[in-house]
Order: sequence, then C-alpha cells, then structure tokens
Amino acid sequence: MKIVVLVKQVPDSGAERSLRADDNTVDRATANNVINEMDEYAIEEALRLKEAHGGEVVILTMGPDKATDSIRKALSMGPDAAVHVVDDALHGSCAIATSKVLAAALAQQNADLIIAGAESTDGRVQVLPHMLAERLGIAALTGARKLTVDGSTLTVERQTDEGYEVVTASTPAVVSVWDTINDPRYPSFKGIMAAKKKPVQTLSLADLGVAASEVGLDGATSAVLEHGKRPPRTGGNTVEDSGDGGVKLVEFLATEKFV
Amino acid sequence: MARVERFLPSEEAADLLELVGDLADNELAPQVAGFEERAEFPREVLRTLGRAGLLGLPYPVEYGGGGQPYEVYLQVLEELARRWLAVAEAVSVHTLSAFPTYAFGTDEQKKRHLPDMLGGELLGAYCLSEPQGGSDAASLTTKATRDGDTYTITGTKAWITHARVADFYNVFCRTGGPGPKGISCVLVDAGTPGLEPQVAERTMGLRSSPVAQVVLDGVRVPAERLVGPEGGGFTIAMSALDSGRLGIAACAVGLAQAALDHASEYAKGRTQFGKPIIEHQGLGFLLADMATQVSAARALTLAAARLRDAGRPFGIEAAKAKLFATDTAMRVTTDAVQVLGGYGYVSEYPVERFMREAKVLQIVEGTNQIQRMVIARSLSRE
Ligand SMILES: Cc1cc2nc3c(=O)[nH]c(=O)nc-3n(C[C@H](O)[C@H](O)[C@H](O)COP(=O)(O)OP(=O)(O)OC[C@H]3O[C@@H](n4cnc5c(N)ncnc54)[C@H](O)[C@@H]3O)c2cc1C
Repeated sequence: MKIVVLVKQVPDSGAERSLRADDNTVDRATANNVINEMDEYAIEEALRLKEAHGGEVVILTMGPDKATDSIRKALSMGPDAAVHVVDDALHGSCAIATSKVLAAALAQQNADLIIAGAESTDGRVQVLPHMLAERLGIAALTGARKLTVDGSTLTVERQTDEGYEVVTASTPAVVSVWDTINDPRYPSFKGIMAAKKKPVQTLSLADLGVAASEVGLDGATSAVLEHGKRPPRTGGNTVEDSGDGGVKLVEFLATEKFV
Repeated sequence: MARVERFLPSEEAADLLELVGDLADNELAPQVAGFEERAEFPREVLRTLGRAGLLGLPYPVEYGGGGQPYEVYLQVLEELARRWLAVAEAVSVHTLSAFPTYAFGTDEQKKRHLPDMLGGELLGAYCLSEPQGGSDAASLTTKATRDGDTYTITGTKAWITHARVADFYNVFCRTGGPGPKGISCVLVDAGTPGLEPQVAERTMGLRSSPVAQVVLDGVRVPAERLVGPEGGGFTIAMSALDSGRLGIAACAVGLAQAALDHASEYAKGRTQFGKPIIEHQGLGFLLADMATQVSAARALTLAAARLRDAGRPFGIEAAKAKLFATDTAMRVTTDAVQVLGGYGYVSEYPVERFMREAKVLQIVEGTNQIQRMVIARSLSRE
C-alpha cells in the first residue's frame, strides 16, 4: 500500500504568532516553525499501516524553502521519502488554490491512501481534505478517530460532537485524522540520521502544470483585508455569592453556551 | 527552562540534543515527582529512551550503538539529569554495564551480546561493591570456581543499581588468590538460578532508582561468559569506572543546573523589602557563584571527555571531574534550598529533593575521598 501524508509547516501554536504588516499573511520569518501538530498523528497512522500491511509512506508538503526542516523532522519519524512543492509564486495561496496544487502533486503519486491532519493550527479551515477528494474524484473520510484497513476497504470512526459515525469507502481515498487516533512516536536518533539520506523531490508549479496566476495572493479567492492585535482581556465578571452563586454561575455559562 | 549554550561537534549532535530536550521536557519532567514520591522505577520511560536510541550512544554503530563521542553522550546525560537524575543515572549505569563486553570481550562476545545490550530493550547492572568492601574493591570475596566449562559463583554483592530490574549483571568475582590479580568479570543473565536480588534499600534520595544487594548462591554460568582474561577483572572494573565517572560527573552538572534554574527563577519572582530577592546583592552574588560553579563543572567534565574521545589518557582528569562536579552539585543544591528559604525546605518545590539526590553522587563510583586519593597518587608519581 502506498500512503501519502500531507504535512504542513506552521508557526508554533504555543508561541506568539503574528501576521505580516505588508500583505496580511502569516509571518513565518519571525515564527518558530514546526510540523502542524495534527499532521504528526497522520504520519503515525501511516507508519502503523505500513508496519501492519507493508508498503511505502511518502510525505507531501507545499511550503517555502524553510519547510525543509519540517520535512526532515517528519522523515525522522520513519516515512520513506518526501515531495516538496516549493515556488515563490505560491506565497499567500488560499485553500482552493492550495488544493489545486496538492491535487496536481498527488496525481503523480498513485497513492492508495492519502492521510492528512483534520486541521492546521494556523488556518483552521478544515476544508483541504474534502477539496482534495473532490478534485481527485475519490472518497473523503474526514475527522477520523480510528482507521482500519482491510484489503481495499477503509473503515473510519468519524468523530462528532455527540459520538462517532462509522464510514467506509474503498481505496483510493483521503482520510483526515484527529489527535484522538493514536500517540505519535518520537523520532529515534537513528531515524534522524537516516532522514538526512532519504530522497526529497522538489517540484515547482511548472513541474505540476499549474499556472502562477492561479495561485498566490493574486489568484486567491479570499483575502485578509486588515488585521489587528487581539484586544487585551477585560476585567471579567465577579459573581458575588449570596446563597445563589451556583445559579448565577450556571446562568453565565448558559449565556456563553457552555451548558 | 533556560537554554544552556552548547558547543557541539556536529550537526547530528545538535539534532540529538534537540530530540533529548523534547523527550526530557515531555516524558521526564512531568513524571519525576510522582515516581520519586512512590519510589517506583520508571521502566517504561527507559524503554522510550531505548527506542529513541539513547541506551547505547557512545558505542559504535556496527554494534547497534549511536556512534557518538563522549563529549556528546555526556551532554545528553546532563540534559536528562536536569529533569530526572535517576533516569540519567540509569542511562549512565546501563552504558557502564555494556563497557566490559565492548572493551574487553572477544569478537564473538561482542557480536553476540552488544546488539542486545545496546538495542534499547535491555538494562544492565554492574556488580562490584560488597557489604564489607566498597572503596577497597580489590578485597572482594564473591567466589567463582571453575569446573570444566562452568563457573559456579557464590557471594553477596551490595548497592547494586538496577538489582531486580536488570536483564544482565556484570559480576566481579574472585577466581584466583587474594588482591586485584585474583578477580575476574563474568556476565550473568537475570533469571539464572541462584541469582537473587534482595529487597530494595530505602534511600535518602534517587528513590526511583532501585538499589539492593544481590545474593549469588551457587550460580552456574558457562565459562564462555567470562569477559576478558581470568584475573583481568580488576583492570576491567577500574577501566569501566574511568568512563563511568565521567557519566556521574555529567549527571552532577545536570542536577546542579536544575537547582540553579529553579533558584534563579524563584529569586526573580519572590519579593522582599520591596524588590525581587535576586536584586539584593547578597542573594544575587550567591546565585552568581552557583552559576559559575556549574559552568566550571561542565567545562572540566567535557575537557576530560574530549581527552577520552581523542584516545588520550583521561582517568585522572575523569577523577577530577567527578570530584569537582559532584562537590559542586552538593554545594549548589544546598544553596538553592537557601535561596528558596522556607519554601526550599518543603517538598512542594523540587530543590530539597535535588539536595538529597546530590549526596549520593559524592559516594558512588568511588567516593570523593577515593577520587582525591587517585589524584594525589598521580601527583606523587609525576
Ligand atoms: C545509591 C547507590 C548506588 C550504588 N550503585 C552501585 C552499583 O551499581 N554497583 C556497585 O558496585 N556499587 C554501587 N554502589 C556502591 C558504591 O560504589 C559504594 O557505596 C562506594 O564505593 C563506597 O563504598 P562503601 O559504601 O563500602 O564505603 P566505605 O568504602 O566503607 O567508605 C566509608 C568512608 O570511608 C572513606 N574511605 C574509604 N577508604 C578510604 C581511604 N583509603 N582514604 C580515605 N577515605 C577512605 C570513604 O570515602 C567513605 O567516606 C552504590 C551506592 C549507592 C549508595
């Protein structure tokens, strides 16, 4: 089985992040760039499938030159190879354009299975797996908390707010996963060393037959017009308990839709 | 956690230390307090380190090791010790336990045992001390008699780290007459009939590391398990300890760094007489001295390691590093308690534990009196 895992480099969600003043895109130069957290679960799932069924795991990343660090890190966990789509014209691409580029790269791969994280911590739009499936004309099994493969049949427990749904499809398909699906491994020192020697193929837009005008800030179907700093926290509400504190707390939580 | 500026010899060493930092922050730091409190050995944590390739770092890749110089291996130990001394000590003792086979074993023994020893799943023990003889190791009395192709070993070993949890034991025993020349090293598997680890000692610190006597009652081992020549055991033991002492020194540096980290963090946040206590010169200077001692201990330890890596004699420098780094750890952890005042004396903060843990480092792998003796002897020989 050939599995392609989509890996995105994002600014560390645990640290201070910002948008650029000039074009409102994510400021990657000052950020601590890491593998999108959910993608580590996607990699782990792919590696477990390979360990159980044999085959090959390939990382696919679209991102600037600096994304190489994240690709090497992903490879150190155990995948066999990587494809890096890198082109200056891609800067500022929207989700639709990104899906076009990734679909073109995937079309060259003939994967049985494409696994992605359910969302990225920078964009958080959760649409890319669906868009890819649509473009490739294959099934999308999204939001998985469990994935089983039996021959060419995929079965997914799809996590919902109420519980889960069981969804099946046959390969090839796109599966996106939540962090409930497994416990990603640490790379090993040997894995880190081996990753330096694994093949990483770089592809430009021209290699994929995608025109520069279809992607990037100019080709984007959505645009960030302006941005500002999050307003500082206000004082908050103090609930005075004169015997009815519990009720007041519940009322507050209800107005905030927590209960 | 404050970053320690490190000069590393290679990009792969930098990658390795980054991996170790991640593992230490995520797997060690959150668990240490609970395991120390319960005096429970963290077997699973060591498996995780083993899978990451950290249980054989200074040995050649061809035997399943990491092919790293001591200079790098020791900085890994230091970062582990900074979060959890017992885990770092476990890695150090395990690494020591593979040394006799690696340095003195036959090709056959190396091929047969090292890949398992270094593979990450097994843990080793090093059995030199006895109840009646620690410092004077050459007086050990555990006896091995050869009968055809078998050694039969009888005696009691004391203070054995990893007793009960180890998979293999290096047993130093008497195969000949009295004195150092009558000692041999034999590799014994856990579970060999007659090898009986006793109840764990109740220790002052380092409680998640099991230490116990190991009774050998007519343990029968094939003669091919003899490591090095018969009568060569004392040389092996001392040679292993030269390297082991570097490991203990690195553990001490990591522990002292942890105490410094906590103390300076606290001193920045605690206000007395209207300003953070670190801004009172009396306390600021105490912290400055602590920081300087830690850097000096690190530098001395790594200087000895670099001699070893270059294939130069390093035993005396290792003794100095062990002496200085562990005395530093004792002083710095004691001062860290002082910096926290009353809060330093209670178990809500880790510094009182650091102080208890530092003590053992002045005792193991040759007490600091013995290190001084070794150093003084070298001076009288010059
Ligand atoms: C937690 C822990 C883990 C250990 N793990 C191991 C292990 O895995 N394997 C192992 O083999 N051993 C281990 N040891 C044993 C350790 O190496 C010994 O405790 C140490 O060597 C000292 O021996 P001793 O306790 O018999 O003290 P003694 O040798 O009786 O020493 C008592 C005191 O006399 C001093 N002294 C002795 N001789 C001289 C001298 N010639 N000049 C000046 N002062 C001297 C010593 O410095 C010490 O202060 C461990 C000990 C501890 C506490």
